[in-house]
Formats: sequence, C-alpha cells, structure tokens
Amino acid sequence: MKKTLFDKIWEQHVVEERQDGSSLIYIDRHLVHEVTSPQAFEGLRISNRVLRRPDLTLAVADHNVPTENRINGIKDNIARIQVETLEKNVKEFKVPYIPLMDSRQGIVHVIGPEQGFTLPGCTMVCGDSHTSTHGAFGALAFGIGTSEVEHVFATQTLIQKKPKTMLINVSGSLSIGVTAKDIALAIIKNLGTSGGTGYVLEYSGDAISDLTIEGRMTLCNMSIEAGARAGLIAPDAKTYEYIKNKPMSPKGEAYDKALEAWKLLPSDEGAVFDKVINIEASLLEPHLTWGTSPEDVLSINDVVPNPKDIDKENLRNAMQDSLDYMGLKPGQALTDIKIDKVFIGSCTNSRIEDLREAAAVAKGRKVADGVHAMVVPGSGLIKIQAEKEGVADILIEAGFDWREPGCSMCLGMNPDQLKPQERCASTSNRNFRGRQGRDGRTHLVSPGMAAAAAISGHFVDVRKFN
Amino acid sequence: MKSFNKLTGIIASIPQVNIDTDAIIPKQFLKTIERTGLGKHLFHEKRYDQNNNLIKDFILNKQPWSQAKIIVAGDNFGCGSSREHAPWALLDFGISCIISTSFADIFYNNCFKNGVLPIILNEKIVDEISMLAEQGVEISIDLEEQQLIVQNKLYKFEIDPYRKHCLLNGLDDIGITLENKKTIDSYEEKLSSKIWHKPESL
Ligand code: SF4
Repeated sequence: MKKTLFDKIWEQHVVEERQDGSSLIYIDRHLVHEVTSPQAFEGLRISNRVLRRPDLTLAVADHNVPTENRINGIKDNIARIQVETLEKNVKEFKVPYIPLMDSRQGIVHVIGPEQGFTLPGCTMVCGDSHTSTHGAFGALAFGIGTSEVEHVFATQTLIQKKPKTMLINVSGSLSIGVTAKDIALAIIKNLGTSGGTGYVLEYSGDAISDLTIEGRMTLCNMSIEAGARAGLIAPDAKTYEYIKNKPMSPKGEAYDKALEAWKLLPSDEGAVFDKVINIEASLLEPHLTWGTSPEDVLSINDVVPNPKDIDKENLRNAMQDSLDYMGLKPGQALTDIKIDKVFIGSCTNSRIEDLREAAAVAKGRKVADGVHAMVVPGSGLIKIQAEKEGVADILIEAGFDWREPGCSMCLGMNPDQLKPQERCASTSNRNFRGRQGRDGRTHLVSPGMAAAAAISGHFVDVRKFN
Repeated sequence: MKSFNKLTGIIASIPQVNIDTDAIIPKQFLKTIERTGLGKHLFHEKRYDQNNNLIKDFILNKQPWSQAKIIVAGDNFGCGSSREHAPWALLDFGISCIISTSFADIFYNNCFKNGVLPIILNEKIVDEISMLAEQGVEISIDLEEQQLIVQNKLYKFEIDPYRKHCLLNGLDDIGITLENKKTIDSYEEKLSSKIWHKPESL
C-alpha cells in the first residue's frame, strides 16, 4: 500500500496497538523547559519512578528568562525559583541541560534543530504546543501536557490515537516580500483555528520545496494555530545539509546509515490523505491579523472587516468584541493602523534568516518616533552570528533594541510586555487577548512586515521597501 | 488521579467560541511549580479588573454561578497552548466538567489526565443547555450511563471507552503503561539497529 510520510513514521514507532484502537508510541526525542516540567519531575519523585531515557532528553530554560542584564540573574522571585527548580531537576535526573548563561541557550524549538537534536523520521515531543516546529525536518513532533511529559519521562512512550492526515499543497512560487509566515497565516485563515483539529498536516508543493529550512520551521510552527498538533514537511537535500555536522546529530557511518533511512521517508507517489487543500503561492500577499484569533487574517491592502456583514449573531458579536478590544473601526485601511511596539522574535520568527529579513528593510533607515522596536534572537548562537554578519549593527543603528535570547514578548512571562491598549506588530504566533500583556493589541506579521511597520510607525506593505 | 463518576451542580454559560488557554489561565500564573492554588486566577482577566477588583458582571463572579461545577461554552474550547495549568485551574476552582461543541486536542487530552470530563454535544443541545444555565439550574451528569439530566431533560453523550474506564476508576496512565514494560524493553532492543538513534552528547 502507498504510504504517507506520517504513516511511515507512525508505523515505525508503534510499540503496541491497544484494544481500544489507540497505540503506545515510542518517543525518540523529548525537549523540556522550565514552565511545564516541574510538576512532572515532582510526579516521578512522588511515585518513586526513574526517568527512563535521559539520553533522549534535552532541557533548557526559555519562557521565563530575562532578555536584558541577564548577568544580574532573574529578579522575579517566582520565575527564578522555576528556573532553579529545572536546574535542580536536570541534575537529579541526569538530563542534558543548556544553562542560562551558555551561548547555546535559546528557545527550545530553536535550539533543538540548532544542536542537531531534531532528526527526520523521529517522534518528538515537548510540553509546548509549538513543538510542531520540528516537523520542518520530517519529524513527527507535537506538544503535550505536563501529565504526558511525566508519562514520557517514566516510559519513553505515549498513548496516542492515530490522527487523520491532511495534505496542504502549495504550488507556484511566492512573490518577493511574501514569506513562509504569510503562507502560514493564509492557511490558518483558510482552515480556521479548529480546521486542523485531529489531523497531522503535510505541507508539499513547489513553494514548500523552495522554502529554506528556517522558512519551513516558521510554517510548521503555526500548524497548531490551525488546530493541528503536528505539521510535516518531507526531508530533502536542504534538510540533510542542515543537519550535517550539528553537535548532537549522527556522524560518520551513523550519518550515512541515517541518510539511507531518511531518503525512504517522503510520502509515496499516490499515497492517500484524508483531506487535501490546494493553495496557489503566487496569489499570496503580505498578511497581518486584525483581531484576537490567528484566523483573523487579511492582506495588507485590505480594510478592517465590518460585523454588519456577518449573518450569524454570535459570530457578529464576537467580531464586534474583537474590534472593540483591538480599538479598530470597520472599513479602516490596515495601512492606517499606527503601532507603539514591534516585537521580532519567538520560535516562529527569530532565526538568522528572519533577522536578515528585518535588517534588509531597516538598513539605512530609522525606527519611527514613539515606536519601541525590539529584536530577540531565538538563541545565543543566532545572536552571535547576527553580530558577526553585521545584521545586529544594522538593526541597532536603525534604533532597534537588541536583546538576549528567549521567548520574551511572545507570551510576556518575563518583564517584556505590552501595556494596556499598546499596539504591537509581532512576528510571534498568537494574538489572543492579553497574550503579550493585559489589554495589549497584537497583530501577527512576518519579520519584514514588522520591520517596515517599525520604520513607518504604522502597517505598510513591505514590498514598498524592496 | 481523582475519579469521576457522578456530578451534580450549577452550570455556568460562557457563550464564546475559541476560549483559549491564555484566557483560562494567563501566563503570569504559569511560574508555579505546583498543581494547586490556581483556582483564584481562573479566567483572571475576565474576573478581575486592572486593580484586581472583582468584575461583578462576569458569570463566575455572580451568585449562584460562583459555585458552578460545570461550564458550557462555544466551539474549540481550550485552544492555544499546551499548558495543563488550564485544567488544574478549572479543577482548583471547583469545575470538573466542560460542555462544548468541540475542544482543542491538547486541552481535551489534558482534561482526562486530571479527572475533568469534557463533553461534546451538538450545537442545538449546547445552546439549549446554555439557555437553561442562565436560569441558574443544576445539572446532573452520570458518566457510567453517559448521560446528563437538566430540568427533566435527558441528553446522551459519547465518550471513548478507555478514557471512560480511566476516569471512572481514577486510573493513572503511567501505571498502566509500565505494566507493559517488557514490550517497551523489546522495542528498545530493536532500536540498536538504528545506529544513529541516540543523540551525540551536547
Ligand atoms: S516563543 Fe512563544 S510560542 Fe514559542 S515556545 Fe516560547 S512562548 Fe511558546
């Protein structure tokens, strides 16, 4: 029978099929961070259980960490205790850990691939919904809750129902100024935030093959915003090249053997998916969100929608609520929306390519008066590379605030937050109410669009800058 | 895990779609290293104003719904992050059942790990229950029989048999999986042929 990429990975990882139709699945890689792990470690201790495979586990603190003056430690007591608890736990259970002051520290979904921990064909989990990011390498990667984190600690397996598969075929090629982020937003607009529930997405087509590995990570990252726990892209020459010579990736004979196995992974010609969606890349424009759900997506040259055009009462009211929260008027041009803050960062868009994209727009220009624009690289290594390449200098000269790596204002657990009613052009992945700070207003965009908004003081079509 | 069998209580209606986990329990409360104590922060931004005063209009701040044990809400409840703090906060507040037309995957799973019962019903029934909820009535849920009764009306619901079994008996997945330790051991033995399987050291 013809098999999809997903089918192949799934089959290779079934430890046992259970009577009720679910399966016990082996987990090859487990990423751990400070926020969703303390209760799981505690659970092991209470039940006197061992952590089965610390060697398949990798931990880092990212959600809670300060992005400036890190040398002075974490000021917030509770946050500090959480990071210290992680440090204590990784020591006790012998889990490999990247310390806060290490140059390799960064957002868990950035450092996994960067360290070569993420591999094609593997199953990968983390107590974080954006684990879908790693699907860019052809890994079946998905987020889990803390009880499941504990389950993986104790058993290196998970009980899972086999999900359905959806093929998202993106044909043609993107026009200049349109990026992987715009593909992601277009897909979420198309599917809605629950359209992918119960599915694993596979992205394919020319536009996907053309994406860099960074772009593929951006796209897979946001699969969860369409409700899908995982998004996959078949590995190819770019993938293998990226993985080669990373610290934790296979070397020598192991790499050659791995490569042979990885080449068998892509979906067979004619394999059947439960659902297929087609998108034409050349029709896409730079996108941004206007509301408080990631499906509230428009093209930059559109206007704010009008609740009057919505038939269903509860949806009409929901739209009006969103507009009130966002401080927007129906019919207003998106390019007239002024911003206060810019956030370039998060596991969606904080990699070197994203920073280059922002720098290309910012070069020789200045951040508009009254706008605070911050750039938070995804990892220490990306920060160093951007500094070496001159990307950091361009951004700093343009007036961007250049920070230490971490999740930062993507969720504002640390002091990087929006104030009430502040409006932000953000390269992150969620525009939920209060996500970036109580009563803060988030618009999701690509790094280029964020930089263009920083320079202009309002949203603007990034293509005008090229 | 606490078992779930029968539950009778007040039901609070929050008739919104896409209620996300950031709304259920905002990030500032995720710094805890405990599972308990989150109930007072449940729906924090809906329940408290910026000066931390109770917002009187919000359903869970009004009698009798401040005693609610069940929530009825719109589509795609629990979307967003994987934080298990969401069911912990619900449970700590006293809510152990959510009724909706649909749930986000990770939240749905997390409920079962914590003795919270998520019930999926069709839109018409959810609307009916929502309307009754506004009158402050009680609802009785019987998991064994897979039914709920409100104002002499009986509704049936579907649930996965294994999940039902675990909830009814308060069974912990980990214990069940570890009974199969041998199967995991033999799977791992076969992995030795994948010589690239183990990561190199950091
Ligand atoms: S950057 Fe944002 S979305 Fe990504 S892991 Fe951190 S908090 Fe989650």
